[in-house]
Amino acid sequence: MITFEQVSVSYPGGAAPALHGLDLTVPEGELVLLVGPSGSGKSTLLGTVSGLVPHFTGGVLHGRVTVGGRDTRTHRPRELADLVGTVGQDPLAHFVTDTVEDELAYGMESLGLAPEVMRRRVEETLDLLGLAELRGRALTSLSGGQQQRVAIGSVLTVHPKVLVLDEPTSALDPGAAEEVLAVLQRLVHDLGTTVLMAEHRLERVVQYADQVLLLPGGGRAPVLGDPAEVMAHSPVRPPVVALGRLAGWSPPPLSVRDARRRAAPLRARLDGLLPPGASAGPPGPAGDPPAGEPVATVRRLVVRRGPVPALRGVDLALHAGTITALMGRNGAGKSTLLGSLAGLHAPGSGTVLVGGLTPHQARPKDLVRRAGLVPQDPRDLLYGESVRAECAAADQDAGAGPGSCRALVERLLPGISQDTHPRDLSEGQRLSLALAVVLTSRPPLLLLDEPTRGLDYAAKARLVEILRGLAADSHAVLLATHDVELAAALAHRTVILADGEIVADGPTPEVVLSSPAFAPQVAKILSPSPWLTVEQVEQALAGTAGGPA
Amino acid sequence: MTSLRRTRPAAGPRHLHPGAWWLWALGLAAAASRTTNPLLLLLIIAVAGYVVAARRSDAPWSRSYGTFLRLGLLVLGIRLLFAVLLGSPVPGTHVVFTLPELPLPAWAQGVRVGGKVTVEGLLFALYDGLKLATLLICVGAANALASPARLLRALPGALYEAGVAVVVAMTFAPNLVADVQRLRAARRLRGRSDRGVKALLSVGLPVLEGALERSVALAAAMDTRGFGRTADVPPRIARTTAALTLAGLLGVCAAAYGLLGSAGTGWALPVLAIGLAAAGAGLLLGSRRAARTRYRPDPWAWREWAVAGSGVLVAVLVIRLAALHPAAFAPSFVPLTAPTLPLAAALAVLVGLVPAVAAPIPPRSAS
Repeated sequence: MITFEQVSVSYPGGAAPALHGLDLTVPEGELVLLVGPSGSGKSTLLGTVSGLVPHFTGGVLHGRVTVGGRDTRTHRPRELADLVGTVGQDPLAHFVTDTVEDELAYGMESLGLAPEVMRRRVEETLDLLGLAELRGRALTSLSGGQQQRVAIGSVLTVHPKVLVLDEPTSALDPGAAEEVLAVLQRLVHDLGTTVLMAEHRLERVVQYADQVLLLPGGGRAPVLGDPAEVMAHSPVRPPVVALGRLAGWSPPPLSVRDARRRAAPLRARLDGLLPPGASAGPPGPAGDPPAGEPVATVRRLVVRRGPVPALRGVDLALHAGTITALMGRNGAGKSTLLGSLAGLHAPGSGTVLVGGLTPHQARPKDLVRRAGLVPQDPRDLLYGESVRAECAAADQDAGAGPGSCRALVERLLPGISQDTHPRDLSEGQRLSLALAVVLTSRPPLLLLDEPTRGLDYAAKARLVEILRGLAADSHAVLLATHDVELAAALAHRTVILADGEIVADGPTPEVVLSSPAFAPQVAKILSPSPWLTVEQVEQALAGTAGGPA
Repeated sequence: MTSLRRTRPAAGPRHLHPGAWWLWALGLAAAASRTTNPLLLLLIIAVAGYVVAARRSDAPWSRSYGTFLRLGLLVLGIRLLFAVLLGSPVPGTHVVFTLPELPLPAWAQGVRVGGKVTVEGLLFALYDGLKLATLLICVGAANALASPARLLRALPGALYEAGVAVVVAMTFAPNLVADVQRLRAARRLRGRSDRGVKALLSVGLPVLEGALERSVALAAAMDTRGFGRTADVPPRIARTTAALTLAGLLGVCAAAYGLLGSAGTGWALPVLAIGLAAAGAGLLLGSRRAARTRYRPDPWAWREWAVAGSGVLVAVLVIRLAALHPAAFAPSFVPLTAPTLPLAAALAVLVGLVPAVAAPIPPRSAS
C-alpha cells in the first residue's frame, strides 16, 4: 500500500538528515506502529506519507514515497486527501467546522461527493465510532477522547485507504485512550484500513500492532518486523516488554494478557518478597503520612471557571519530601488545582495556603519562593532568545545569585549549548529548562502539569531521577499526569480527581492497585501481589540469588 | 425508490438558516442607524436581547452575546470620554463643569482640548454612542444566534475560499485573547507582575509565535483534508470567469463613483446593473471550478421567510417613518427637550420580536 524507496529527508541547517535510508513496503490492511526515541524522524516519516513533507514543511525529499500508486512528490496533500487521512496529537488544531456532524462531512464536501453518499457515510461513521448521541454537539464542548474520535471520524468519512496518526493518545487519559484504540482496531479488522501510527506511550498501543517499524535514530537503519521480535531489541520498550526481558521470556510478551499467562513462575519466585522501600511505595521515603507542618494546604476549595465549578470542595495537604500524583479524566480539574496553588485562579470559596501565603493575593515575587509551577506547555514560561538569556532572567526574577539557574541547567541538561534558542530544544529538553527556571528560586513546593506529554522513555527516566532527587532534597512535588506508569514509578501518594472532587487519596500502591484504569502494567501482570514497576521486581530479584528463570 | 431530501428537515427542533438571522439582525441595525432617539435605540436593544434569550442554542458561540454587550458599553464610555476631553460640536449653555483648557497654537484652530463640558454636549455624545452600541449589539445578536461558520456554509462555491479566510480570522481573535491571558498568567509563575502595560507587551512576541504556529497547523490540517481541491475546467472558461469578474467589479466601482458624485446620475444606474450582472455571472462560472458539494444545507422554509421578513420590515418601516417625521427620530439638544417615543416607530420596531415565536427552538445538546 505504501512503499518507501531509498527515502531520506533533510532540512536546511540540520546537521544530519531527519530521515535516512528508508526502503520498505507497508502492505494493505496492516496496523504499523512507529517507535523510536524523540528526534528519530517519526513525524517526518508520517509527513512523507500524507504529502505534508516536503510540500508543506519544506526540506528536501530524496527517493520516492508512493501511496496507493500515487507519488507524493507530484501529488500535493489535497490531491492525496481521498487516499490518506491524517490525525495529529491535538484534535482542536484539526477542526475546521464547529459541530460534530459538519466536521464529519467537511472532508467529503471538499472532495465533492454526492449529497446522498455523504448522508449515508456520516450516519455510518457516527455509528462506527459511537458518536451518534453527540452529532449536534459543538466540538469544543466535547471531552478529549470524544474530540479525538471525531477527528478520526472526520478523515474516515472519505474512506481513505491509509490512516496516518501522530501520537493520537498522548494527550488523553487512560480511559479515553482506550476508546480511541478500540476504534482503530475495529477499522483495521472490519474495513481493512492501513494504519500508520507513531506513539510514545507504547504500553497503550504495542499489543494492537501487526508490525513495528523501529527508527533507532543516530543514523542507524530502520527495522520493520514482527512486534515481539523488534521489541526484544528496541531501545524504547513498554514495562510489559521490560518485565518479559527481565524474566527471560522470549519472545517478550506484548500485552498484559500474554504476560499474565507466562507469569506464574515469576509470581512464585516473588512470593514472600516485598517491594523494596518498606511496606508500600516505590523506592525513596516511605509513603506513611509524614510528620511536620504541611508545605501547602487546601481546604474546601471551590474554583469556578466558566459556568460550571472546576473544583468542588477539595481538601488536600502536601508535605515536604513527598511526591504526589494527581490523576483523573481530562477536564477533572487537575490543572485548575495546580493553578490555584500557584495563584493563577482565585478561589470561589475555601482557602489555599502555600507557605503561609494566600497564592492569588500574594505578590508574584514572594510566591515563586514558595511554589513553582511548570505548566502543561513549558514554552509558556520561556521568553528568552537563548538558554543563557533565560537563565540570567531567571536569576534576576528569583533574586538568586548569578549562575544559580545555569548550575541547575547544567545538572538537568548536561551538554546543552548556552546559545540554543529555547524553541529549538526537544520537548524533553524544554521541560528540563523550564524546570531549571522554576527551581532557581528554590520553592519548597513544585507543581508539574502533564510533564511527560511528548517525552520518550529515556527523557521520562531522566525526569523520574530528577524528581526523586528533589523529593530527597525535601521538596514537596505535586504532578498532574495521565501516565500511570510514571505515577507508579514516582509517586508516594496518589490523588484521583473526578468532576472537581477527590475520589481517592492514599499511598500509590493502595490507590492504583484497586483501580483497573490507573493500575500500571506490572501490577496487572503480578496482581494480587503489590508490585508496581519493573525496577522494583529487578531489585527484589537481585536480592535473591540466581539469574533469570 | 424514494428520492432523498438534500436539506435538513424543516420540522422539529432545528437551527434556523443563518442567512435569515443575519438579515433580521441587519434589518434591526439598519433601523438603529436611522435614529439617535435613545428610547427607540433602547427598544431595539431590548428586542434583540429578548429574541437572543428566547432562541439561542447552548453552543459555545451563543455566549458571545455578553461580550458584544460589554463591547457596546465600552464604545459608549469611550464616546463620552472623548466628548468630555475634546469638547463637542454642539453649542450648549448648561455647563456641568469646566476642565482646564489646553492652549493650542493657531494652526490647530477648531481643535479643543479641555474646556467647558455642557449637558447638551454630553447628551449628544451619549445618544451617538448609544447608536454605535446598538449596531454592535445587533451584530452580536446575529453572532450568538448563528455562528459565522454556519453562514459560511451558505456561501456560493466561488466565494468559499475567501469566506474560510474570514472565518479563520474571526475565530483567531478569541484564541489570541486566550493566549494573552494564559501567557500573562505565566508571568506570575516567573515571579513577575502580571499587571500593567509592560506585562502585556512582553507577551506580544510569544503570542504572535503561538498564533502563527496554530494557523500553520490549521492550514496543514485543511490541506490534508482536501481544502482547495479544484475541478478541471477548460482554460477558456477560466479566462472568461476572470474577465467577467474583473469587468463587473470595475463597472460597480465606476457606478459608485458616479452615484456619489454629482456628475453621472444618468449613466450610473445602468452601469451598476451591468456591472452587478457581470460579476454575478463571473461568480456563477467560478463556482464550476470549485469541486465542493454541500452536506445537508439548511432549508429555507416559511420560518426563515418570517424571521428575515420581520427584520426587513423593521428597517423599511423605520426608514420610511424617519423620512416622514425626522424630528421624532433625532431629538434636539438646543433647546434641551426630553426625547419622546414615536409610537408608530416603536410599533414598527416591535415587529422585530416575530423571531422569538417564529424561529424554531434550537436543538439542546445533552450537556
